[in-house]
Amino acid sequence: MSRCLAERSIDHVVLERGEVANSWRTERWDSLRLLTPNWQSRLPGFGYEGDDPDGYRTVPEVIDFIGRYARLIATPVQTGTKVTSVRCTDERYLVTTDQGDWSCRTVVLATGACNVPDVPPAAAAVPPAIMTLTPMQYHNPNQLPDGGVLVVGASATGTQIAAEIHRSGRPVTLAVGQHIRAPRLYRGKDIEWWMDATGVLDERYDEVDDIDRARRVPSLQLTGSPDRVTLDLNALTAMGVKLVGRLAGINNSKVQFSGSLRNMCALSDLKMGRLLDTIDAWAKANGADGKVEPPHRFAPTEIEASPPLALDLSSGEIKTVIWATGFRPDHTWLDMPVLDRKGQLRHDGGVVCSPGLYVMGLQFLRRRKSALIDGAGEDARDLSDHLAAYLDGRVPTSHK
Amino acid sequence: MSVSNAQVDNGVNVQALIDARAALSDAPVGAQFQWRATCTWKKGTHSHSNVEGFFGLGAEQKHKTTFSFDADHPEVFASEDHGATPVEFVLVALGSCLTAGIAAIAQHRGIQLRSVSATIEGAMDLQGILGIDSDVRNGFSGIKVTYDIDADATRDEIKALVAQSQKRSAVYDIITNPTNVTVEIR
Repeated sequence: MSRCLAERSIDHVVLERGEVANSWRTERWDSLRLLTPNWQSRLPGFGYEGDDPDGYRTVPEVIDFIGRYARLIATPVQTGTKVTSVRCTDERYLVTTDQGDWSCRTVVLATGACNVPDVPPAAAAVPPAIMTLTPMQYHNPNQLPDGGVLVVGASATGTQIAAEIHRSGRPVTLAVGQHIRAPRLYRGKDIEWWMDATGVLDERYDEVDDIDRARRVPSLQLTGSPDRVTLDLNALTAMGVKLVGRLAGINNSKVQFSGSLRNMCALSDLKMGRLLDTIDAWAKANGADGKVEPPHRFAPTEIEASPPLALDLSSGEIKTVIWATGFRPDHTWLDMPVLDRKGQLRHDGGVVCSPGLYVMGLQFLRRRKSALIDGAGEDARDLSDHLAAYLDGRVPTSHK
Repeated sequence: MSVSNAQVDNGVNVQALIDARAALSDAPVGAQFQWRATCTWKKGTHSHSNVEGFFGLGAEQKHKTTFSFDADHPEVFASEDHGATPVEFVLVALGSCLTAGIAAIAQHRGIQLRSVSATIEGAMDLQGILGIDSDVRNGFSGIKVTYDIDADATRDEIKALVAQSQKRSAVYDIITNPTNVTVEIR
């Protein structure tokens, strides 16, 4: 966004609570790599120039990548500045920070989609003797006591952490709710390559059937690793990870799991099948058949006959619980009536319901790829168009 | 996914459901329902239950008629078998809930159903309810539902109907997830 504003000579400042790429410096576990391949992180006027386009950046590499872009575009960033509130007065915004106030006509919220771990209320019922961690507190298995670990949530975060902890010799039970299964490679190409080529990632928010539902879809169950492996539930089962249903509740130190595991996996297998059908149809129509490996399908997710429905946290079997149950954005510092009854920001493709206020980087904000690094450029172009028009008085300025 | 074309008719008014969803999204209070049944003991294990009124959309509602159900145990339990056993009512509830969901979702997806039938089987170890083995639960050890579906759709589309119906089913949720139950005496 800073780059797009600079192109239009719109005077602006970027406020950063810590250092550039702060959340990557402070809120990621040690072994994490980007889920998208190197070539796919395309920012306006900046892309990958190294010799490993199909690799996946480590966290230090992501920090370096974002830092280099900030220097390249000479973004006017003020680090070490924590915004504590934003208020709207007389068609201007008053931005209060721990380093003084700013008054401005427009504000772009670029704090991301993953500010707060979305831990279920049942977490309060975990006995105090059990260590509990969110993915933001988790760094590596050495933090954990020896013994069993319950990982709750089987999207990208849960599956990666489950695999790493299980390999450390701590037996993992993985509670599986709704998840989106995807192979790392299909027909010899990265799944992200296919989703990019077929236009799936470019699907617009105003073209999908039910955008609220599309925005709630969990992240693809992917991992970025040097050997480009698929880390799906079958791979975890083969390692010895125990699969159970969605965590339904905790009653007197007894964790209860839903009996819906089989259907959760069936839904996910079918959804993956539809994605692969889309890919195959595109490959056929676009002359890719013959240039890539032939179509094939993956084995259905294997579920044991009767997965356990309960686990006693007082038995000593489980020493740690990890809540990989997703994240949500934190907009509580917006001192304006812009949140709906569920605390979510009311916006139309990033144009917030308060004129001059914009948001970026949320799930499916304007396109399926909006929350990816690769989605920032196009969203910033669209929203900076709108913002420039607003500053010129070309769009309605009346406050709702 | 789009609202079905006119040729598909599974007897489900999907537009009414979509309108209700929109209306209740704007007025969540109206979405608060209470379902009720009454149950009266007759003799032995035989009881008689009625379903008539319920609360929803902010007001008392009524079925067109009062529906009655006799429940009992079979003769192998030395009972008189005046009706289905209570656990069979649970199987009926699951099968009818999933089947209704299949019809609604098929209509929404523009899939014409020709026939849908299900067999619902609940496995139970009686050592639980008879108190023979405290490690055996009273309820089903597992439930298996088997569908035969004839429809204008591919096998994967039919599988997706059945999967989505489970995802949206009230009875499936009631059976697969715990529910707090309070029983009081007046």
